[in-house]
Amino acid sequence: MPDILNSVSFNEEGFMTNPAQWNKEIAIELAKQEGVQLTDAHWKIVEFCRRNAATTGKSPTLRQITNGTGISTKDLFTLFPKGPAKKVAKIAGLGKPEGCV
Amino acid sequence: MKTILILGAGTGGTMVANKLVHRLQPNEWRIVVVDKDETHYYQPGFLFIPFGIYKPADVIKPKRKLLSLQVETIFAEIEMIEPDKNRVRLSNKQEISYDYLVVATGSHIHAEETPGMLDKAWQQNIFDFYTIEGAIKLSKFLETWNGGRMVLNIAEMPIKCPVAPLEFLFLADWYFQKRGIRNKVDLVLSTPLPGAFTKPQASAMLGDILEKKGISIEPDFTIMEVDNAKQVIRSYDEREVGYDLLVTISVNKGADVIGASGMGDELNFIPTNKHTLQTEKWENVFIIGDAGNVPSSKAGSVAHFMLDILVANLLSHMKGQEMKTSFDGHANCFIESGFSRGILIDFNFEVEPLPGSFPLPVIGLFSLLQESFLNHVGKMGFKWIYWNILLKGLDIPFVESHMSMNGKKVLTKSAAQA
Repeated sequence: MPDILNSVSFNEEGFMTNPAQWNKEIAIELAKQEGVQLTDAHWKIVEFCRRNAATTGKSPTLRQITNGTGISTKDLFTLFPKGPAKKVAKIAGLGKPEGCV
Repeated sequence: MKTILILGAGTGGTMVANKLVHRLQPNEWRIVVVDKDETHYYQPGFLFIPFGIYKPADVIKPKRKLLSLQVETIFAEIEMIEPDKNRVRLSNKQEISYDYLVVATGSHIHAEETPGMLDKAWQQNIFDFYTIEGAIKLSKFLETWNGGRMVLNIAEMPIKCPVAPLEFLFLADWYFQKRGIRNKVDLVLSTPLPGAFTKPQASAMLGDILEKKGISIEPDFTIMEVDNAKQVIRSYDEREVGYDLLVTISVNKGADVIGASGMGDELNFIPTNKHTLQTEKWENVFIIGDAGNVPSSKAGSVAHFMLDILVANLLSHMKGQEMKTSFDGHANCFIESGFSRGILIDFNFEVEPLPGSFPLPVIGLFSLLQESFLNHVGKMGFKWIYWNILLKGLDIPFVESHMSMNGKKVLTKSAAQA
């Protein structure tokens, strides 16, 4: 594990357990682990998710991200392949999105 | 005279109305229920219709007969809810002012959300079983189907009864064996989830059963469209899954009127305090069942466990007291697994489904997170309990609103904390 992640706590599914520990350097490292190179387009979504979670206390779902950012689901899948909502939540230092109950 | 208005006479609304009859003074409170449909459907029974196990008559009763005579029942479309004015407008031009509102308008499937789904193949070789019409048409189709590739697709989470798609596949495996054509049928689950279910231990256990039954799984598959010409469903990341028969669990949303009234989130579910069941915005508006955005399974058992909590909190609020009763997200689901066997899972917001016995430690009667004949008996017996105990707002013996750890085996430290 890269040094920068040593002091960060994760749950068994790899989601950060304390969003306050998050910073941009950590995000870049977490994104690398997910095979994602963060560009401006990625950051726009990561920042939306951080803002959204700060008010709701939860990670936004896929539908909330597309509604909130105006980015299409298709583009989201290009930026964050496979499960975008889960992947962004991980990179943004948030919990697992609650769509899955 | 004060009015408590209940919108929707499905599982949740019927239970609340019948329970409140015994809790509110009839000379003080008028209990009014509005619903657009005069027929009550036992929705858990839809699953059995495609396989001929239930007939439509098993799942249908008139709503009026299920509601106490002290409940004023109005059959009309809800046109608009005006929570800031404490008023609801109906399609029959009636306006009802309320002191308290309980929203029990449920969740509903929206096949039109997926491009291509409702094109010419709808109910030809693409079906749903979350509606009575869909379940009946699918049963007719299956009777004469000669086999091929049957794909069950879940469009998006959350869905009503998240175990129903798995039960459908387990029963399909049994049904095609019974018909002697199992070797001519491929069964495929395509799901946006990374595995068979939402919670890790149950997902692993149910995943094993899928594998044993020879049902393949296409995980992390978020459907973008149905390509009718090619007979494939396509995901946003351009994966294609071919089908001869497509069974869809379409996007689930709250009632349209919730959206039209500006009360809902992006899926028309009302933002709700998950512990008190009071809506976040209006202190005299509460929800039961699927109508809210509470992060628990959308299922009748959950609505049932919400009932006592909701009623206690409503009564406290009416008296100006603090609402002290807290919902824990309790869900309890019998999963029919075919060949007269079933699995039971029992969980809440914090504790995922664990192995063990239920409702009593060691002796059972039911076994948690493993297959048994008695679990199947429980599943099939639930129809009687539903019509005769649950809808009346009565308690089911030994089953508490709050989840109990009695009988559950905690395997690891992290599982208990998950």
